[in-house]
Amino acid sequence: MTPGTVAAYRSILLAIAALALLPLAVPLLVGAGLFAGANTFFNLMIFILIITLAAQGWNIAGGYGGQFSFGHAAFFGTGAYAQAVLQTRYGVNAWAALPAAMALGGLVGAVIGILAFRARLRGSYFALVTLAFAEVFRILANATPVTGGAAGTLVPLRIGFGQMQFEAPAAFFYLALAFVAGVLVLNRVLERSRFGAWLVAVRENEDAARALGVDTLKVKLKAITLSAAITAVAGALYTQKFLYVDANIAYGAWISVEALLAPIVGGIGTVFGPLLGAMALIGLGEAAKTVIHAAFGSAVPGVDLVVYGVLLILVIAFAPRGLIGLLKSLGGR
Amino acid sequence: MFRSYPPQIVLEAVLNGLLTGAVYALVALGLTLVYGVLHIINFAHGAMLTLAMFAVLVAHLGFGIDPYLAILPLTPLFFAFGYGLQRFVISPASRNDDGAILLVTLGLSIVLENLLLAVFRSDTRALTLDYSFSVVDLGFALLSLPRVIGFGVAIVVAAGLWAILALTDTGKAIRAVAKEKLGAYLVGIDVNHIYAVTFGLGAATLAVAACLLMPSFYVNPRVGNAFVLVAFTVVVLGGMGSIAGALLGGLVIGVVESLSGLYLGESLGQIGIFLIFILVLLVRPTGLFGARA
Repeated sequence: MTPGTVAAYRSILLAIAALALLPLAVPLLVGAGLFAGANTFFNLMIFILIITLAAQGWNIAGGYGGQFSFGHAAFFGTGAYAQAVLQTRYGVNAWAALPAAMALGGLVGAVIGILAFRARLRGSYFALVTLAFAEVFRILANATPVTGGAAGTLVPLRIGFGQMQFEAPAAFFYLALAFVAGVLVLNRVLERSRFGAWLVAVRENEDAARALGVDTLKVKLKAITLSAAITAVAGALYTQKFLYVDANIAYGAWISVEALLAPIVGGIGTVFGPLLGAMALIGLGEAAKTVIHAAFGSAVPGVDLVVYGVLLILVIAFAPRGLIGLLKSLGGR
Repeated sequence: MFRSYPPQIVLEAVLNGLLTGAVYALVALGLTLVYGVLHIINFAHGAMLTLAMFAVLVAHLGFGIDPYLAILPLTPLFFAFGYGLQRFVISPASRNDDGAILLVTLGLSIVLENLLLAVFRSDTRALTLDYSFSVVDLGFALLSLPRVIGFGVAIVVAAGLWAILALTDTGKAIRAVAKEKLGAYLVGIDVNHIYAVTFGLGAATLAVAACLLMPSFYVNPRVGNAFVLVAFTVVVLGGMGSIAGALLGGLVIGVVESLSGLYLGESLGQIGIFLIFILVLLVRPTGLFGARA
């Protein structure tokens, strides 16, 4: 490893170390009244990590490749259902179901990619067609018996390492963190690879990239497949954590929105954008819920999402390169 | 799976589809108009419709205004709302960059939808009016009166919108901006003003659509989602930016939805719409009637 290589991965190591040490601070955070208990903290952190993973998936096609999908729920949901259905209906072990869920998600990504890119759909058209695919999946999942239909699929609670169900709440946190860490490294590798350069070239100017001999269709297909596979892992982890999935969770518009908001707010086409964005969005959303709850004495639905929407508009207006870009320009001054 | 129905039931489904389709067309008109001029997809369109539907609800429950009479105050109100939204939020926040506009309107839809959720909660509400369940007896088919009225008014509004675009100076300016933004600017048209007027017109058509929908439909904060994809489908089918296309597309989609609901059942009924949407996008993204990509 050259010193340059080490430097490139140092920030990832530092970030992961900081996150890995976070559980040590739990007694302090709970003591300060920020969380009701260790479980509340871990559930929130695991949720953030799962969204980060989905967003990291989106970021590969959307951030580096400029292919804005509004329907990553199609991949998240496929992963989530695969994880649930393989275990409950086919008796597949949870650990074995995970790569299968990833592969299925990737396959769905490849198929949608082939259809959309061969039809030369770009920009808003690509966004709309992915959204429509996700809706078709949602309706189908809601109506077919294999997914449990409208009742959804419940994964039975059987705590044990072999079932990927853990007694200690920190265990699942570290599992999700390991996946996030893996994708952070993958993104850095991608950035430094020839494929990554082609992908960015496609984003910046597809026609020019093609003129220079880049097989843009192949590059976009690879990107959407990888993107979908990673987002499917997020779905599988979601099922494994919450042990329940239905059509509106798995294929609902909410996850498509989370998957694209986090990278856009954090910093599109950057290694840390999805992580930073997910933490900012979900953190601020939770804070808003708490404040409103304290002010009105009862929970008001939708407050966290209003914060998401306002944050998105503010980021587009004042920080088009996201929070990462904002931090960089502040640090550079 | 496919049952056969007597022709009368199929005919009734087709007629009902046409009636719903006209209101879909009205919802889609605003979307296609904004697309034609600003060349962007207004993602907040569905949420704006939901807002309008709640406005009709409040007007009726709070002030006792009949939904059809609510057209009179709500249409100018929504025109102003749309104008302001484009002029003071969307345009400055997105710097008129296409990708950014899509995201800003997505942000707006999230904000609107969830503000409505915070205020009205997630309950589904409907208006009960003395004519809600009135029917028109054609002899061979029974049609819901509110839907027949909706059909008629929707056609009139579409014609009116067409007349505004074809005959008025503002309409000519809108068409000029749609065709050649820079050229329009150079001959002295205030492009930003025209953008905002177009957005205002789109919002105004939504207000009318909401007034027509409320007597026979329900409302909850998420209802816009159901309409927005239908509206996109209508717009894509009819050709982005084409008024006549939106009208025809709306009618086609209404009939498709009605028939697939009849043959596939309620839960799978909407799938026909999305499949058409995907197929049209993949096979002929310029739409059936439009020329512009």
